[in-house]
Parts: sequence; structure tokens; C-alpha cells
Amino acid sequence: MQSDILKLEQLHKNFGGVTAVDNLSLSFAKGEVTSLIGPNGAGKTTVFNLITGFIKPSSGKIIFNGWHLNGKKPHMIAAMGIGRTFQNVQVFSNMTVLENIMVGRHLRSRCGMFFSSVLPPFLRLEENRIRSAAKEWISFLKLDQYADFSAGILPLGNQRMLEIARALALEPNLLLLDEPASGLNARETIAMGELIQKIKSMDITVILVEHDMELVMDISDRVAVINFGRLIAEGTPKEVQQNPDVITAYLGT
Amino acid sequence: MKQKDYIGIAALTTLIIIVPYLVTNDYYLGVLIFTALNCLACIGLCLLMGYAGQISIGHGAFIAIGAYASAILTTKLGWSPWAAMGFGVVTVIFVAFFVGIPTLRLKGHYLAMATLGFASIVHIVSVAAVGFTGGPSGIMNIPRLSIFGFQLNSDVKFFYFSWAIVIAGLYLAVNLIYSRVGRGLKAIHGSQDAASSLGVNITVYKIKIFVLSAIYASISGSLYAHYVLYIDPGPFDVMHSVLLVTMVAVGGIHNIWGALTGAILLSLLPEFLSFLSDYLQGFGIRYKTDYDTLVYGAILLLIMLFLPEGLFDGLYRSIKAVFNLKNRLMKGRSQGAV
Amino acid sequence: MDQPAHILSDILQFIFMGLQRGSIYALAAMGFNMIYNATGIINFAQGEFVVLGGLMMVTLSTALSLSIPVAFVLTTLFVTVVGICMERFTINPVKHPTVLRLIIITIAVSIIIKGAAMCLWGKNSHFMRHFSSSETWEIYGATILPQTIWIIGILLCIVAGYIFFFNYTMTGKCMRACAINRDAARLAGINDRKMVMLSFALSAGIGAIAGIIITPIIQMDYTRGALLGIKGFGAAVLGGLGNSMGAVIAGILIGILEAMAAGYVSSHYMDAIALIILLAVLFVKPSGIFGSAEAMRLKEF
Repeated sequence: MQSDILKLEQLHKNFGGVTAVDNLSLSFAKGEVTSLIGPNGAGKTTVFNLITGFIKPSSGKIIFNGWHLNGKKPHMIAAMGIGRTFQNVQVFSNMTVLENIMVGRHLRSRCGMFFSSVLPPFLRLEENRIRSAAKEWISFLKLDQYADFSAGILPLGNQRMLEIARALALEPNLLLLDEPASGLNARETIAMGELIQKIKSMDITVILVEHDMELVMDISDRVAVINFGRLIAEGTPKEVQQNPDVITAYLGT
Repeated sequence: MKQKDYIGIAALTTLIIIVPYLVTNDYYLGVLIFTALNCLACIGLCLLMGYAGQISIGHGAFIAIGAYASAILTTKLGWSPWAAMGFGVVTVIFVAFFVGIPTLRLKGHYLAMATLGFASIVHIVSVAAVGFTGGPSGIMNIPRLSIFGFQLNSDVKFFYFSWAIVIAGLYLAVNLIYSRVGRGLKAIHGSQDAASSLGVNITVYKIKIFVLSAIYASISGSLYAHYVLYIDPGPFDVMHSVLLVTMVAVGGIHNIWGALTGAILLSLLPEFLSFLSDYLQGFGIRYKTDYDTLVYGAILLLIMLFLPEGLFDGLYRSIKAVFNLKNRLMKGRSQGAV
Repeated sequence: MDQPAHILSDILQFIFMGLQRGSIYALAAMGFNMIYNATGIINFAQGEFVVLGGLMMVTLSTALSLSIPVAFVLTTLFVTVVGICMERFTINPVKHPTVLRLIIITIAVSIIIKGAAMCLWGKNSHFMRHFSSSETWEIYGATILPQTIWIIGILLCIVAGYIFFFNYTMTGKCMRACAINRDAARLAGINDRKMVMLSFALSAGIGAIAGIIITPIIQMDYTRGALLGIKGFGAAVLGGLGNSMGAVIAGILIGILEAMAAGYVSSHYMDAIALIILLAVLFVKPSGIFGSAEAMRLKEF
């Protein structure tokens, strides 16, 4: 029990008449990489949106490190230490790569609107701290050469990396990655796998939604399979691969 | 704040100091004072539209509130102009806050129409609430501003004063842009979802920047009242709000210097056009000031179609392109020599 | 004994006045909806189409002394052509549209039309004779102008034409398909760019008709566009944006509320009513009173 960082209890979400997430109960162990897989439209992204507060659950509980996340706004959840990326990359294309990551340091700095506009020389220290931290994350993801590029013109693979760097700059305890490898070529996918391993080694728990089964089976400690919003199997990659329900869900009856 | 901006502010300050030595005609000084007031409002509007990505076609309303607060409190209650201006700012903070909370939940077209509707309501009230605002006949005998007993009783004095406030406003705005808060605002513009996933409280930020931009407008309005010494609802109609958006858009919405450029150019445009009409008369073409609206519209349309980032950006890029070309030619020549 | 009769005549009077003004809002709202459905754009120049219709009609019917039906048709055609030009020259060439840019472009067009109208027709308001007699009729103590009957009749004709066009003609069905899913419509072989142009044409035409029929009552001048436009948008939002039948009901509702405000509060604040309704709806229920499930049902007529 102690080692669960995130627990979903009987989580339920209806959109109009459609049930997207159906009484889902799931625990995520601290320090592990857990993958959430399932056919298209199974409700995986909805689960992410529920955890990060973008949509409100119809019923059920989300417990993170002992705190209830129900009803919390996305920015509060980010402050509690949950970072995320998006299925359709959402880099800030109106900013440079460096500035993108500096936004990730938003919660690690505190200067408000008044002091930001009135007292800048005094703030240079904080600004420098933000900048150097952001630069560290840029180097960590090997994006140095792009630091001053506008984020919108990067190729997709780099945009995905940037999104992860930005989420890491938040220094989260839990990182939700929504299809980080989609649209990437084979070489980039391997790099993404290595990156996720590295993130894990930094004691950050990772939840992954991904369609690339090779990647999932390679790097996951546990795999949860959902279909029609319901949990149909859970276990180590090996267990899940041999589960007859999973095979049915993926191949049809 | 970056070096470019320091240079920009220094250049602008120098220009402002010199201008009254070159322009001695009170009429043109007056035009330049109105230019300053437009600049002030546009700086605020640019923070809201260009950086936070929230459109407002209602900032004329905040100018009106500032102007009427100054006018009513000084003439009817005998307040000092400074206290009245402060009260105007406080009023605008409250109004912008309560209008902003529901309005800023809206996006795009809805937000534009909601702010336009708000501006229309304020204008209708300023015309209809005769007992309060003097109705269409307005309020007269608004006292002049004075600083430490030093009265701003000439156009030159008011010119320096109004532009000093513009430069102060610009300085604050530029600081804000390059701060944590400015990045938060740009993030909201880029992607609201991503911004909030990184801990930016988008609701609070949008309301704060809306209120801040309204404060700029309010001060601009108060200065207007104390410069012209008479106000009526005429200048605060919906068209004025639209004009502010036009200025920001023509100059360049994503750059505070662009917004400033747009405000200066479009404020001076009528004067330029009347110069032009004298010139055209020599060729037998009669230009009437009635055509001004048409010219405004045409300029705005052409800029939006061909230079969507605005004149400033277009100018900046073409200068850069010329430099690049020159560099390349020089390089080509030196390589050729080798 | 006297009291009930008074109330009845008051209510009737409000309804007549409401129908008169409300029909115009309804037509403007239908114009907004047409372009919105085809493109997702709110056309800030919609009010200017109404003004242009009114002013052109004045010129054709008064200065050129054409008969009303001929002037009516010519005016509608003229404004339709203006609408087509607007789409061809300002909307169509934009390759990377953002909402902000499109809003400003339609604002620019509205400024241009307004400026042109000022240059061509001057700053004063223009009178126009009523379609038939301008003598009021009395019904249960309330008075009604024959022009009001014309307005209501023409509104009903347009609604009928609208329903027929979108349900029984191929082009109308294509436009509806584009409104529901543009990509799918394109895959089915519908020329979506042409549909956008058509939506501007129709929307301008409807706007022109609104201007033509109201001018005998309100006396058109070049400044009226903004307020007419925003009130029309109020009706469109109240009825649920994109839902034209909702817009007709909402437009008339706003007209009646305005008439009541003029009667009970003050005619000075009458114009504010539509705006307050607009803001209230945007704040409370942006999908409009016929929003969500209801809207879907009404959309199918």
C-alpha cells in the first residue's frame, strides 16, 4: 500500500450517454513504469485527463500520495507534482525552445505580476536560476542546438522531446506520457524508450499510454489493459501478453 | 528586458525630448498628445491580445470609465485630479474584474462579441445617464492636472508629461513580457491546456492581464479628460474600441513595439492624409477627410492579408533581409577573391 | 372594465413593435449563422450588409424612382455581389487563418463598407416611402403599420425559402453537409470553397433584405451597422449559434423585450436590452436557449 503513488477508485466518467471510463480501479506503484494500453477509443486519454483535472469524474476517487485530486484544477494538480504530455503535441509555438522549458519552471519560481513589471534588476537572480535550470533540461534531452529556435518549427520528434523536457522541468513525482512515440521513426522510438528508462532512474514514476507494443513490453514494469473504459487485465508485460481477454480485445472474437 | 528594448526605450525618450523643439505648432503638439494617449491604451491592449491571446473590442469602455471618473469627481465633488484618477483606476479594476470573470471563459469570436457588447452598453449608459454623465452634452470645466503645484497648463508641458507616462508604461510592460508572468501569458496564448498542465493558473492570469490592460486604458482616459478639459460620449463609442484593435493589429499584435508603432502611425494618419490632400489638390484630385475611414479600413485589411504580423515585423524583417543579402554579397565577393 | 382592455392593447402593441424590430434581428442572425456554419467565422461586417441594403434601396427607389419590386431585387443582387467580393478578396486568400486574424479581417471589411457608405450616401439619415400605405391600422387598441405586415411576411417567406433550400435542393444539402463535417463533405466530392462563397452570398442577400424592409421605419444612416450587427449576433447566440430557426425565435423575442423596455423603462436604454441579453446568454449558457440536445433537434427542422 505504502508504495502506491496513485490510486484510482471506482473511477467513472460519462460523456452524455456514452461511458468513457467505467468503474476503473487501478493502482500505480511508486518508481515503476506502468503502461496503459487498449484499442483506440478505450478511454486511455480520458483517464489521463481525469487524473490531471482537465475533466471531472462523474464518480469515483483519484488519490495521489494520499491527497484527493477530485475537483482540483489542472494547475493545482501540476503543483502537487504530476506532469504530463499530450497526444497531439502542444508545444508553445510562439516561444523559443528555451522559453518553453522556462515555462516548465513556473511553479519553481514565484514572482508575481506587480514585481515582475516594477523591479526587474532585483529579479535577475531568480530569472537566472530559471534559465540555468531550463538549460540543464535542454542538455539532458540533447536539444542544445535548438535552444533559440522557435518551438513550432522543430520536427515532430524534437517537439515530443521538448514537451517531455518541459514537463520534467516541473520536477514532478509522476509523469504521464500520452503516446510519446506516435509519429516517431524507429530510431527515435528507441531513443524515446531509453529516455523513459532514464526518467525512471531519476525516481519519477511514469504512466505511459502507447500503441507501440514493442516499446511498451520493453520498458514497462506493469501493464494495464483497458477496453470500453473497463480494466480487462493487469500484470507484468508477460502476464498480459498471455491473457486470453487481452487477445480477444485486440483481435476481436 | 533585452538590450534591444533598452535601446528602443532610450531612442524613444530622446525623440520625445527633441520633438517639442521641432514641432512648435500647438495643434500638432495636441495631435502628438492624443498619440501618446492612444499609445498608452494600445500598450495595455497589446499585452492582452498579443501576449495572452485574448481579444477585446471593448477597451474604449475602460477609457470612458477613466475619463468620466476624472470628470465627474473633479467637477461635481471637487476631488483633486490625482485622487479622481486613482478612483478611476480602482473603479476600472473592479469593473474589469467582474466583467472579466465570465467574459474570459469565452474564446475567440464569443469573447470578441462579449467585449464589444460591454463597450456598447457603457457607451449607451454614458449617453443616457444624463444626470450622471451630462448625457450628449457632456461635462465641462474639468480642472487641469498639476504636479507638486506645477500646473500642466501648456501643451508642451502636457506633451512631456503624457509621453513620460507612456514610457513608464512601456518600461513596465516590457519588464513584464520577459518575466515569469510574461512567459505564463505567452504560454496561455500558445496552448491553454499545456500552460495549465505546467501549473499556470490560466483563469487568474487572464483576469489579471485583462485588469492590467484596463488600467492602462483608464489612465489614458483620465489624461484625456484633463487635457481636453471637456468630455462627451462621442469619442468613446464602439468605433474607438475597434480603432484601438486596429492600431495594435496594424503595428503588429505579437510585439509591444509593433503595437506602439501602430498606435503612432494610425494616430498621425489623419494629419498625414490632410497633408496628402493638399498635395493631391495640385493634381486636381480632391481628397476629403470623409475618406479617412475608408483609408483606415483599407490599411487594416491590406496589413491583415499581406503582413499578418504587422508593419513593425514586416519592416524589421525586410531590414534584416537587406542586411543578410549585403552580408551574403560581401561574403560572396571575399570568397570570389580567394 | 377598462384595465384588461388596456393590458391587451399594450401587449399587442409590444408584440407588433417586437415583430417589426425582431424580424430584422432574426434576419441578421440568420446571416451570421449561414457564414458561421460554412466557415466557423463570425462576420463582423454583417450589420454593414443591412445598412448597405437599406441605403441602396433608398437610392434606387427614391433617386432613380424605380418601382419597389425592381429596386428590391436590384438591391439584393448588389449586396449579394458585395458579399461574394468580400469572400473572394478577403477570406479566400487567407492561407493560415487564425481566429484573431479572421475577426480583424471582417472588422476591416466592416470599416471599409462603413467608410464607403459615408462617402457615397453622406452622414445624414435617409427616408424611404413605405411599401404600401403608411397609415396605421388599429387592432384591439394597438396600432400596426402595413410595413410591419410586409416585414413579417417577408421574414416568413425567407424562412420558408430557407427551409426549402436546405432540405430539398442539392446545393442546400451540400451546404449542410459542409456545416456538419467539412472534411467528410469534401471527400464526398463537394466543393467546399464554393460553399463558403455561397454562404457569404446568401448571408449578404438576407442582410440586404433586412435593410430594405426596415428602412422605411427607422431611416437608415451609415452608422447603424455596428449596433444592428451586434443585436443580430445577440439573437444568433440566444437561439444557439448556427441554429437559424432558433435565431428567428430569439430575434423576435429580443425585439419584443426591447419594445417592452422602451415602454416600461426608458427608450434611452432600449438599445442596451439586446446587449444585456447577449452578455447574459454568453455568460450563463453560451450554447443558447435552444442549445445542446434541443439544438440538434431544431437543426433538422
